[in-house]
Amino acid sequence: MPVYFTKEHEWIRVDGDTATIGISSHAQEQLGDIVFAEVPEAGRKLSKGEEAAVVESVKAASDVYAPVSGEVIEGNQAIGDDPSLVNSDPEGEGWFFKLKLDDPAELNGLMDETGYRDWVKTL
Amino acid sequence: MSREVHNGPTDDTQARGTAFSGDPQGGDDVAAKQLERLPLDSWHRARGARMVPFAGYEMPVQYEGIIAEHLWTRENAGLFDVSHMGQLLIHGHALDTALESLMPADFQSAADMKPKYSLLLEENGGIIDDLMATRRGNQFYLVVNGATKHGDIAFMENRLPREIVIDHMKEQALLALQGPRAAEVLETIVPGISKLAFMEAAPFSWENHNLWISRSGYTGEDGFEVSIPARAAASFADAVAEHELARPIGLGARDSLRLEAGLPLYGHDLDTSTTPVMAGLTFAINKRRRAEGGFPGAFRILAELENGPVEKRVGFDVVGRQPVREGALVLDGEGNEVGKITSGGFSPSLQRPIAMGYIAAHLAEQGTMVKLEQRGKLFDARVAPMPFVPHRYHRKGAA
Repeated sequence: MPVYFTKEHEWIRVDGDTATIGISSHAQEQLGDIVFAEVPEAGRKLSKGEEAAVVESVKAASDVYAPVSGEVIEGNQAIGDDPSLVNSDPEGEGWFFKLKLDDPAELNGLMDETGYRDWVKTL
Repeated sequence: MSREVHNGPTDDTQARGTAFSGDPQGGDDVAAKQLERLPLDSWHRARGARMVPFAGYEMPVQYEGIIAEHLWTRENAGLFDVSHMGQLLIHGHALDTALESLMPADFQSAADMKPKYSLLLEENGGIIDDLMATRRGNQFYLVVNGATKHGDIAFMENRLPREIVIDHMKEQALLALQGPRAAEVLETIVPGISKLAFMEAAPFSWENHNLWISRSGYTGEDGFEVSIPARAAASFADAVAEHELARPIGLGARDSLRLEAGLPLYGHDLDTSTTPVMAGLTFAINKRRRAEGGFPGAFRILAELENGPVEKRVGFDVVGRQPVREGALVLDGEGNEVGKITSGGFSPSLQRPIAMGYIAAHLAEQGTMVKLEQRGKLFDARVAPMPFVPHRYHRKGAA
C-alpha cells in the first residue's frame, strides 16, 4: 500500500479509495508526551486543509488538518482512550482517522516515504 | 498538522509561540536576538537535552520526556539548571530600609541566612518581579527571574541610594536538586546539608569551591538550590547526576511541577497588572509592614488587604481530559467574562488537566463551577484549592 507524507507531518496510507491518516514519528517526537487526542466522527465530510483532529502534548496543542478531501469512515477511538499510543506507535496503532477519498488526484505531489524522511533530516 | 498553541515552560519567550522543535513560527523577535549559553550548555547537550530559547538563553526543555522527568522528581531527585536566573549581591549603608522602600518584606527583622520571598512593586502595586532575598552578613543575596533580571537591576539602581551597590554575580551558576530523595543525594556530595531546614541557607564548600546552598525550590518538594562558580558547575552536576537517584530535569517538567504545587510564574500568573493581594501572596507582607506601609503601592495594597481585591488567583480542576492553557477565558453561568487562565496544562501526577488563573472575587470560592473558553470551545471547570499536589517541604521541627 502506498504511503504519502505531507510537509505538515501527516502520513496517508492508501488502500483502494480508503486513506488512513496519522502523524509522523518525527511529529510525535517533536510534540513530546501526548496527553489528549480528539478524532473526527464517522460520516463527517472533510475538505482538504480543514481541521480534522486535535492532538495535545504536555506542552503544545496542535490541529491535524485533512491532507486530502473525503468522508470519515472511522475515527480511532483507541487514541482518544490512550493518547500515548500516538507516541509509542505513531505510524501504526496510533492512526487518527480513515477517509473515503473524494479525489485520489489530491495525492499527487505529496512526498513518498523516502522523500519525507530525507526532507525531515534537513529541518 | 500545524502547531497552534504553546505553553511556555517558564516565560514569555515560549508563550509567544517559539516551538520546541525550533519552528520559527511566532518566535521571530526571539530568533533575531543572540541567545546566550548557560555554563552547562554542552553538559545538557551531551545528555540529549532538547534546547529551546528561553529568557534569552538556550535552555534544556526536556531530556527523556516531560512526564517521566516530572514523575522522577516527585519520587526521587531531579537536577535543574536555573543559571538563567539573576543572582545579585547587594550591599551598602542602611541596606535594610533601602530595600524596604522597594519591597514589602520586613528586611529589618530578617534573620541571617533565612531566605524570604518578596516582590518588586510598582507605585500602583503591580508586580515587577518575584524573588528570594537572603541576608548574608551585611549583604543581601537576591535570586530574581531570568527574563526580568536586567530590568530589575536597572529599576533597583535607579531607585536605591547611590551608596547601595548591586553586584550581578554573572560568574555564578545556579543548580536546584528537588525531590524526596534530594537530601540523601546531596548529603553524599556536600556533607552537612541535611542540617538545613526548609527556608534556611548556609555556605558550604565542595572541592575547594565555595557554595551557597538554601533548602528551597519551585516544585513543592523538599530540595536545595546551589549557587556555585560557573567554572565548577559541570563537574558538580556530574557528581550529582552520577548518583542513581538523581537525573537531569528540563524546563518542561519544572513548569508542570510548579503548577501542581500552585506556585505562580512571573510573566504568566504575576505581572504588573496583578498585585500581591490579588495573587494571594499576602504572606509576604508581615504585620509591621502592613501597619507602617512605606513600600511601593502600599496605598492600594493595604486597601486590598482591608477590603479584599477585585480578582483573586485560584486553581481550577478542568472537567474532561483536554488541557486548558494560558489565555483561556473564565466565564460565569451566564457567559460573562469573569477571569482568565494564566497557566494550565496536563498534570502528570494527577493524570488530568489543571489550571491556574484569576477570577472575580465573588466567584473565587472553592467549588464554584465555571466555564472556560479556549479556541471557541467551552470546558466545565471547578474552582479548586491549591496546591493541587501537597507540598512536602522539610520544615523545621518536623520529622
